[in-house]
Amino acid sequence: MKVFLASFFLLLFSGSSEGQQVIRVGAKHFNEGYILSEMIAQILEDGGYSIERKFNLGGTAVSFEALRTAAIDVYPEYTGTIAAEILKSKTTMTNQKIQQLVNKEFHLEISKPYGFNNSYALVLSRKSSETFHLKAISDLQNHRDLKIGLSYEFLERNDGWRNLAKFYQLPQHPFALEHGLAYKAILENKIELTDAYSTDGEISKYNFTLLMDDKNILPTYEAVSFYSAKLPDQAKQLLHQLDNQINEDEMQKLNALSLFENKGHYEIAHDFLTQKGLLKNSPQIYEANKISAILSKTWEHIILTMVALLASIIFAVPVGIVIYRSPRFSAATIYAAGLLQTIPSIALLALMIPFAGIGKLPAVIALFLYALLPILRNTVMGLSTVDPALKKTATAIGLNPWQKMKLVELPLAMPMMLTGIRTAAVINVGTATLAAFIGAGGLGEFIVTGLALNNTKIILTGAIPAALLAVVTELIFEGIEGFTIPMHLRQKPL
Amino acid sequence: MQSTPSYFKMSSPPVQFESVSLSFGDRQILKEISYAFEADKITAILGKSGSGKTTLLQIINGIIQPKSGAVKLFGHAIDFNNIQSLRLQIGYVVQQVGLFPHMTIQSNIGLLGRIIKMSKHEIVARVKELAEIVQLPPSCLHQFPHQLSGGEQQRVGLCRAMFLNPPLLLMDEPFASLDYETKKSIYQHLQSIQQHEPRTVALVTHDWEEALTLADRFVWIKDGIIKERGDKSDLEKLKSIFLAEQ
Repeated sequence: MKVFLASFFLLLFSGSSEGQQVIRVGAKHFNEGYILSEMIAQILEDGGYSIERKFNLGGTAVSFEALRTAAIDVYPEYTGTIAAEILKSKTTMTNQKIQQLVNKEFHLEISKPYGFNNSYALVLSRKSSETFHLKAISDLQNHRDLKIGLSYEFLERNDGWRNLAKFYQLPQHPFALEHGLAYKAILENKIELTDAYSTDGEISKYNFTLLMDDKNILPTYEAVSFYSAKLPDQAKQLLHQLDNQINEDEMQKLNALSLFENKGHYEIAHDFLTQKGLLKNSPQIYEANKISAILSKTWEHIILTMVALLASIIFAVPVGIVIYRSPRFSAATIYAAGLLQTIPSIALLALMIPFAGIGKLPAVIALFLYALLPILRNTVMGLSTVDPALKKTATAIGLNPWQKMKLVELPLAMPMMLTGIRTAAVINVGTATLAAFIGAGGLGEFIVTGLALNNTKIILTGAIPAALLAVVTELIFEGIEGFTIPMHLRQKPL
Repeated sequence: MQSTPSYFKMSSPPVQFESVSLSFGDRQILKEISYAFEADKITAILGKSGSGKTTLLQIINGIIQPKSGAVKLFGHAIDFNNIQSLRLQIGYVVQQVGLFPHMTIQSNIGLLGRIIKMSKHEIVARVKELAEIVQLPPSCLHQFPHQLSGGEQQRVGLCRAMFLNPPLLLMDEPFASLDYETKKSIYQHLQSIQQHEPRTVALVTHDWEEALTLADRFVWIKDGIIKERGDKSDLEKLKSIFLAEQ
């Protein structure tokens, strides 16, 4: 058993402590994030570094926390985001100022901009722009009746529509619309104008026109490499090769390649860098074998789930045995475990980052915490429902407390305990898919990537094996039950 | 067959109560009980429910400590620091049988063998021996308690209590829930056990006829004191008085 556990932990943590030349590249889980991170990874690989890809990080909070705690070394970020969300600045900042502050506060650095600004922008169809002669935002003043549908976020943000309307004195009354539907609404002539990110792939795909921000009101979101100051100088030099290499048109097209032509991020990044002459050694295109990728992610998923489940059993069963005799204490403990359960999975995973960084460790801790409640609750319930007459008999015929626990109480509580463990296992198989957000791997990687790309096929690549895994888990536990618990004592299915 | 446990030396009476008193709160359960059980005989402890019969057994077993007076087992005071080894040397057949539902009949009977770390082979042999004495069919041994009739379950309870061949056997209303026919056949089994392996038996019952059938001696507990005591012939004479009281 000990050897078994030890090898589990070895498997779990191998890969996180390799030689010093490994650079860990992070990526936020959205299309552009993946493409830019791939570029960073390939440029560094081309320069001779080994790369560990920690993609699918769940948003700015997770990515930055990972960078700050040295769980990753570099990821692409936007200057506007760094200023507003990381440095908490209310006003715009120059890039020099940002560089200065992140270096002083976090010992981090940013590269020069890649050359494009992924800001909020107002877009409309080419036809409308020609019909109404719209080229810049100030042109909107003369078109009071234009139908404008805006995303909820852009309508509410301080630097969004309100600010724009004030400075440009815009007379229109826009309504709110889910961003995902806005492009379609324009194509179907339901609205004429919406907000967008200026590098959205749809802009080049549908040949939309971007209105010029002629008064420079919208904050700039220039993409840069955001990295640890401790990176070797040579690696920093490599990162600087991306300076001023990608303009907005190019980024839109790269995004569209992924969204509409189903091209992989690796390939998109590789083709672009090759075309720009940024890859010297021209490594071969890496074709991941799909089946083996699914199998290895499934295996990762199983390990994550199993290690957390085992740890939870090892912790919760003894605690249950100790506390079940005191109704007050067990009620309090179960209540506490129940509270943990109410924390949304994503939030619990994010809360883990400051303590445990990113990767498998925080994911295992979070899954461990989730599994506690069902196991603990069912252990306590199972033990406290053992017939008191049988416990008395056990004492009267000469069993000591330990023998009574081992031979009578635990076996009689076992059906209920197993049900708890089974519930925990199935919950963990499901929750582990979310662990991909903090770079823990597993089948969630497909799901998170698929969600970011709005690609059902990729989502299913992860979701189907995950569902199968949940079913197999149920079957395995049914087998364990059949093997260890006499028929007449099994829990009736609900 | 394992040897008789060395804890008990056979020269003194197996169980001796000396002015034992006990009360729960204001309620006096036992008053100044003095009685010596005779070795290798069945002694019936008669009385109404609530008369303190079961309490007597629990005192012998060390589950309850009397307020005053002394209980000696084979001449020794009960050693509460070593209570488990005492209990292993006292067979106990409880009310409602108390078989463990998750264990087969074989495991239920052989449980105490596991506790004292007998070999599997020895356990199987002893279970077989006991099953034969009470005429349990061998096919029963691999079944679970709920698959057996009430009478069969009671015989299993007897076998479990006698597994370690204890010199002392406590029986607490063991046959109360059985029908008349089943009772009669179990009485024969108990008597046949006594012939094969005679031992001191304390049999708690409220059933005068059962006491008359099985017991060599009797004590009648009423209101916490011993109202009557004697042998089979004394018990027979008490029939009308006893039944009138019940």
